[in-house]
Amino acid sequence: MSFDAHRCPNGHVTYPGHTRCPECGEEQTETVDLADRTGTVVTWTTSTATPPGVREPNHLAIVEFEVQGESVRALGQLTTADGVEIGDDVEPVYEEELRDPEAGIREPDSQAWDGYRFEPV
Amino acid sequence: MDRVAIIGASMTTFGDRDAWVRELLAEAGDAALRDAGVDGDDLDHLYVSNMASGEFEGQTGVPNALAHDLGALGAYTQRVDQTSASGGAGIYAAWQSVASGASDMTLLVGGEKMTHKTTGEATDVIASLTHPVEYKHGVTLPSFAGLTARKYLDEYDAPRESLGQVAVKNHRNGVDNPHAQFRKEVDLETVLESPIVADPLRLYDFCPITDGSAALLFCPESVAEQYADDYVVVSGIGGATDTHVVHERDDPTTMNGVVESSDIAYEMADRGPEDVDFAELHDMFTILEFLQSEDLGFFEKGEGWKAVEEGVTDRDGDLPINTSGGLKSKGHPLGASGVAQAYELYVQLLGDAGDRQVEGDVGLACNVGGFGNCVTTTILEQP
Repeated sequence: MSFDAHRCPNGHVTYPGHTRCPECGEEQTETVDLADRTGTVVTWTTSTATPPGVREPNHLAIVEFEVQGESVRALGQLTTADGVEIGDDVEPVYEEELRDPEAGIREPDSQAWDGYRFEPV
Repeated sequence: MDRVAIIGASMTTFGDRDAWVRELLAEAGDAALRDAGVDGDDLDHLYVSNMASGEFEGQTGVPNALAHDLGALGAYTQRVDQTSASGGAGIYAAWQSVASGASDMTLLVGGEKMTHKTTGEATDVIASLTHPVEYKHGVTLPSFAGLTARKYLDEYDAPRESLGQVAVKNHRNGVDNPHAQFRKEVDLETVLESPIVADPLRLYDFCPITDGSAALLFCPESVAEQYADDYVVVSGIGGATDTHVVHERDDPTTMNGVVESSDIAYEMADRGPEDVDFAELHDMFTILEFLQSEDLGFFEKGEGWKAVEEGVTDRDGDLPINTSGGLKSKGHPLGASGVAQAYELYVQLLGDAGDRQVEGDVGLACNVGGFGNCVTTTILEQP
């Protein structure tokens, strides 16, 4: 599975993709895989009051990647919060099931449940 | 142009209620009609602000149920869902209905029934507003608050204690609000030692889960005196959205929906932030009071925390914020909260706020949905 950010002809990059580029309104025509890139922690938290089917505690971070001079951010689980600080480098690590699709309110078939956690480098 | 007046208002007791959403809405709606001496069959439009009655209790179609229960058959009804900002969006819809001439008498009732669910279940209903790429990671609204609070404290060198002061202040105000869920003071130490919910935020940085309802009755200002000796006017109102996906914002510590909705409301009212005498802000999490007080223009970016520490936003300060106790101590029944914010401005402007009365003739309410995803700002004034 790839970790796809989406790019419009004007070079704006977003994760996730949108029907039209939020910046300029053009159609997004390319994808950029973030899976093999190193990102930087913008901020992080450890959530202890988690919904049904979500690991507890749940470490989460907003991570920023650079793609040809444009920055793009993604939110995701951290593999660990031990020693993590704003500005640290992290790498995406694939996880087959980020939460139990059957336990929450959302229809299991309506979305994907695999994705990338962030591992401190 | 004939302005829009509010001639009646009410709110139920907020907290852990036995009543279900239909009954809560009817209780507040009936009380607002009585406040102005208006009958149900005088209503042209009836709006219900509610986020998730279907998800919470399996009851849909509540506006029609309410019309029947209040004797308002024949009225045009509509449900307004803008998640946590459903109440503010309801004020916008009700204001539009009268300002456009489509209705000469509009009742807005906001309400939610939540406490029968576990905290995890209620949190999941609210988190269902997130994008699939957020939801799959188990993100919750409280975790967005934790992410943002860490960034804010780091960026502006604000002490952790300043967030705690928001909780202390709003609990102190809530003691004098007979409708509030919590009427109990807390000290800073209690806040700072409470269990972690979304690091660095702790239990007392968050509003509770709440049942309750509130209502407002609108008509053209030209006929307001036929119904009520005292009334207030909606002098400005604006709504705006920010990104659905929270991490896509350039600056995580700025809520563009607050900036843009308040710009519209200020312009309509021909007012600026310096004209506001008191405000009700959406303190679902303590950090949100800082962000809104800055993005509404009350304080410079990164300085909202200083105002709280210096007592500027206390009840006896220059700009009292959340005299009602805020969502923090009054409670946060999603669809009711924006309506209840305006109820507080209404009783303050009429001089009916009892022990929590403050001085002033211009009040502002900012109602935030999602994590700033959709926002309504309302300015109410004495006529």
